[in-house]
Amino acid sequence: MSTLIETRPAQRPQDVFAGDGRSHVSRARELTYAQAIQEALAIAMEADERVFLMGEDIGIYGGAFQVTGDLVQRFGTERVMDTPISELGAAGVAVGAALTGLRPIFEFQFSDFSTLAMEQIVNQAAKLRFMLGGAVSVPLVMRFPSGSGTGAAAQHSQSLEAWFAHVPGLKVVQPATPYDAKGCLLAAIADPDPVMIFEHKLLYKMKGEVPEGHYTVPLGKARLCRPGRDVTVVATSIMVHRSLAAAEELADEGIEAEVIDLRSLRPLDRDALAASVKRTHRLVCVYEGVKTLGIGAELSASIAESDAFDYLDAPILRLGGAECPIPYNPELEKAAVPQTPAIIAAVRNLVRGRR
Amino acid sequence: MAVQEMKLREKSAPARVRVVVEEAAPPMMPVIYRRLSAESLRQALRKMLLIRRFEESAEDAYMRGLVHGTMHLSIGQEASAVGICAALDPTDYMTSTHRGHGHCIAKGAQVSRMFAEFFGKEDGYCRGRGGSMHIADVSTGNLGANGIVGGGIPIAVGVALSMKRQKRSSVVVSFFGDGANNEGAFHEALNMASIWKLPVIFVCENNGYGMSTSSDRSTAVKDVAQRASAYAMAGRIVDGNDFAEVAQAAFDAVERARQGGGPSLIESKTYRIRGHSRSDRNRYRTKEEIEAWLARDPIGAFERQLLRLGFITTADIDAIRADVEREIEEAIAFAKASPAPSIEELTRYVYSD
Repeated sequence: MSTLIETRPAQRPQDVFAGDGRSHVSRARELTYAQAIQEALAIAMEADERVFLMGEDIGIYGGAFQVTGDLVQRFGTERVMDTPISELGAAGVAVGAALTGLRPIFEFQFSDFSTLAMEQIVNQAAKLRFMLGGAVSVPLVMRFPSGSGTGAAAQHSQSLEAWFAHVPGLKVVQPATPYDAKGCLLAAIADPDPVMIFEHKLLYKMKGEVPEGHYTVPLGKARLCRPGRDVTVVATSIMVHRSLAAAEELADEGIEAEVIDLRSLRPLDRDALAASVKRTHRLVCVYEGVKTLGIGAELSASIAESDAFDYLDAPILRLGGAECPIPYNPELEKAAVPQTPAIIAAVRNLVRGRR
Repeated sequence: MAVQEMKLREKSAPARVRVVVEEAAPPMMPVIYRRLSAESLRQALRKMLLIRRFEESAEDAYMRGLVHGTMHLSIGQEASAVGICAALDPTDYMTSTHRGHGHCIAKGAQVSRMFAEFFGKEDGYCRGRGGSMHIADVSTGNLGANGIVGGGIPIAVGVALSMKRQKRSSVVVSFFGDGANNEGAFHEALNMASIWKLPVIFVCENNGYGMSTSSDRSTAVKDVAQRASAYAMAGRIVDGNDFAEVAQAAFDAVERARQGGGPSLIESKTYRIRGHSRSDRNRYRTKEEIEAWLARDPIGAFERQLLRLGFITTADIDAIRADVEREIEEAIAFAKASPAPSIEELTRYVYSD
């Protein structure tokens, strides 16, 4: 089971570079999450003429979060293509291009705007291969800047990844580090099926070690971020960092939390989670999307249905988004999604047997 | 004008449609026929007859329980499908609609594999996973019928972008109905095709109704073709039941697209003789209206025109009809004999293997 989990991949680049013919070992530097994505885009476009970018204001403006930055100067407006504000139509254009030999990478300006394009994503991109009995494939990558914490209120702060993860035919990933942001994107571009990448907006400026050159992070594999014996905290995206911060504080109290970065919602690494729960006997799920009917429900059910259930010493706990839209007021906004103190309190109570 | 009655089909199949036709004026050869050989005109007639007999036979098969679900028949719209596709090469692409059987055959699909798909069999174009509403034949450039009104229109624009980017000479036809012209996808797609000058031909088959709601009640403009002007492209109205008129517009638009002149919108005014789908009780239109359109049956009109112009003889027509009948019978036999998909493969094709 432990082979399914990579331990701190950025510190052992020689291991994670294996498995892809074009990969090569290179030294790691510090890059921001946004820079790591931009580097992956540039590497992919350099290597493959078929790869091109589409999105709103990704050209001369550089993207709302400066992820594409100056790429238009390097690759031109045909390959860094500004679209009209037509999310549905532009998503359909990406599907058509992917069906016939190109490799589009589509940026939603905010993940919220993908609601305008659900038809093309859910009815077309996800289903065309199946509906046509395998006669086509849709090698499409879509990037979704998502999450709260920027004061942008209810229509620019959502975490909708669970919606997409409910659709067979899509792959859904949530890289939490600059290393994974680059590696997952390069894996997604090489993938023959539609891959949806959810990038938390607060992570764009986060720095981390990123090797130069091409490498991939396998889609569908969780990552063990911190080993611990007392409780498994499984988290996604920015919640990985809040869970790690919580684990540091809990360690001072003598509680050793094991933190797992789920990384991918579909495929879901059920084995990695079950293996961890068998070691720790307790499970806490932390995610930003609305708690009810969200990722935590699936993770909990996955354990309840597996032989790991017999190892549980406590009920499974979920910490997710509040049952409301994301509010504007900064204190309300913070209260609407899990924060580090709430994770600490929940884990402490669970381990100490107080609920 | 003299009025005569004619049977649509050979006596081997019971006539279901009784058609009243009007004698036409003296023969005038459509200009487009100078570009088409006598053989290609005969092939066009054959395709129209094949579509008609395919759909009538599919309807029969549905009644006899061989077809699951529903289907949307294009009986009465054959000249539109065949006229447009007459201007296309096998390497050109097409996106189609829920009423897509005619488009599929017109682009070159085999009716045997179409029947197999309708019967849910492994030899079907979609291995029994798609059925009538997702019928496709990628080998002839047909990227598929679509269950979502307007769903194929932006996809066609993406295919056209792909052709332009790869410097391929292929063009793309996007078929849709009058209902789809009120979808946002239609407007977004036309705008993008125009700003990027893409080789795509938008073909609105206006059959008067989006399910039960007439164009008059649903569409602010009188003609869908008017909407082309909002996107700075050529818009053209054709009689969708007149093969020559449709083909002429198609050749013109395809030529423009291939030469880098950008997109066009063709509105092909036609009529579906059958209801929207199997659930249609025909409460929203009159018997008189349907009969008036039956009198304008595109296949009868095309046959009479080819006879008058000397492109074909009655014996040729009889031979074509007999040949179509044989093809349909063999196709149904093939489809019945085809194996069903394996339950073990239920989730195959969700992702690439």
